[in-house]
Amino acid sequence: MEAFGQLMGGFADAVTPLNLLFALIGTLLGTAVGVLPGIGPAMTVALLLPITYVLEPTGAFIMFAGIYYGGMYGGSTTSILLNTPGESSSIMTALEGNLMAKAGRGAAALGTAAIGSFVAGTIGTLLLALVAPAVVTLAVAIGPADYFALALLAFVAVSTVLGASPLRGLASLCIGLFLGLVGTDLLTGQQRFTFGVPQLADGIDVVVVAVALFAVGEALHVASRLRHGPVEVMSSSGSFMTREDLRRSWKPWLRGTAFGFPFGALPAGGAEIPTFLSYATERRLAKHDSFGKGAIEGVAGPEAANNAAAAGVLVPLLTLGLPTSATAAILLAAFQGYGIQPGPTLLTTESSLVWTLIASLFIGNTMLLVLNLPLVGVWVKLLKIPRPYLYAGILMFASLGSYAVNADPLDLVLLLVIGLLGFAMRRFGWPVAPAVIGLILGPVAETNLRRALAISDGDLSALVSSPFSVVVLLVAVLAVVGPPVLRRFRQREAVAA
Amino acid sequence: MSAVVVGYVPGAEGRAALDAGVAEARLRGARLVVVNTTRGDALVDDRFLAGDGLAELRAELDALDVVAELRQPQTYDDVADDLDTIADEVGADLIVIGLRRRSPVGKLILGSAASRILLTAHHAVLAVKA
Repeated sequence: MEAFGQLMGGFADAVTPLNLLFALIGTLLGTAVGVLPGIGPAMTVALLLPITYVLEPTGAFIMFAGIYYGGMYGGSTTSILLNTPGESSSIMTALEGNLMAKAGRGAAALGTAAIGSFVAGTIGTLLLALVAPAVVTLAVAIGPADYFALALLAFVAVSTVLGASPLRGLASLCIGLFLGLVGTDLLTGQQRFTFGVPQLADGIDVVVVAVALFAVGEALHVASRLRHGPVEVMSSSGSFMTREDLRRSWKPWLRGTAFGFPFGALPAGGAEIPTFLSYATERRLAKHDSFGKGAIEGVAGPEAANNAAAAGVLVPLLTLGLPTSATAAILLAAFQGYGIQPGPTLLTTESSLVWTLIASLFIGNTMLLVLNLPLVGVWVKLLKIPRPYLYAGILMFASLGSYAVNADPLDLVLLLVIGLLGFAMRRFGWPVAPAVIGLILGPVAETNLRRALAISDGDLSALVSSPFSVVVLLVAVLAVVGPPVLRRFRQREAVAA
Repeated sequence: MSAVVVGYVPGAEGRAALDAGVAEARLRGARLVVVNTTRGDALVDDRFLAGDGLAELRAELDALDVVAELRQPQTYDDVADDLDTIADEVGADLIVIGLRRRSPVGKLILGSAASRILLTAHHAVLAVKA
């Protein structure tokens, strides 16, 4: 019940006019970028990282959390009305959602997506508030070796589980890890990969890399295939959810939440997998053969799953300092920008910040529900912005933000070079998220690795001395080795049969 | 057989252009080529016909007493060039376009497709006010 009292304290802090304004800005911005394909919450938070230099932490994190939740909401609108998923986590929503819109049930599809997101977001945030203190009590016992094992698992899981090719994911991870190495080694004072350039001695700023990979890379990618035909917009009219729709929706909402939250909280997180699972489950459970003709269950489940996953991702981030999605990695960078290291001690040292953040998640969620349905027309209008204007604006903000970090022209050169790298990665289908996670979590993992080795006096067996780290490392190995082995096994079976 | 090319967008100016184009085609005994095109640089462009709007226009053209066809070029480039290219191709006597009132700010920010057509087309252009 201590947590409850602190949560109420958090609400008291979050309901100040200024913080409410930040929540409103965050949710509006988040929905807008969620609606626009190619622009996601990770890019937006990265572009906004420079404001952490002037804003106090509470306001900034309330806004970032709003963007994060809003992005999950916004993706459903384009999925349903345009059959163009705004985010990877709303791909599943597009399948049945667009069919519903074609059948003139657009309003009901949007309704079940919004209410489902709200239900899942609220339950997810409630679970976050309940689970976080419990995880912290467990996490306090975690040593540097255990933490290193966890980070390794997060690396491997994010690289191999998401995306089409594990090899590309791992390669992308290595790019991130390498960029994270640039700078002065904190323990020995040695310079690594600085090529004698004095500005590189402090390392490459996370803002520059993240903005370059997400914003510049995406802008160049869009510019390289600027013109293609417009997409037809389905009407969002039609009757709103009927009693029958509600009856068919509430179970998928809850099941979606049950999939989303744990998957978000696992180091293998991300919101894509639970949406796939939720869709598959609803399809299997459906009594009537409405799937493929616009089944409301196929919209309700995945939309609930991706919002619950968004809440779940915050559990390892706030309790262990372990980001499991690109957006979470950028949030971690924002914490680091304030000199706050998320981890088991965060809930005690920055108690009011964390609880205000959680309270503002509840508020943001409610705002999203209220804002989203009436404003669908506005969100669709956003899609009429010609791409040249949109991306010119993004590039300007990217350059401004990168320059503002250190007021150093070299950062702009780095922005362009890494931006070109980001373009190449998109061009050849390398996922960007592992690179960002490698960049941000890499140095933290390295510090823990070296701390563990310093404690054991260089004895490598210290890394596998606790049962916890052994289990985690085994899971990490399974994540790499498992899928290819399984695939081969299945192929053999197919050949035999 | 000569031809009249109409630049069509949904809305008052497109309607005016289409009506004038039909009248001209009747007068000249020419066939009517209706062009609906887009620059294709935004994800959503509701002036590029699709779905119901497309079906309605097709039905309307089919019901006319002049020979009419609808073209939606998918070059996704300059709209004025699209119109001129098609006019060359069909050997048009005339291009018909609609004009709308533009606010001073609108003139400042956006380039007008109509003025580009008037200035660059190699054919006679009839501009009709909506």
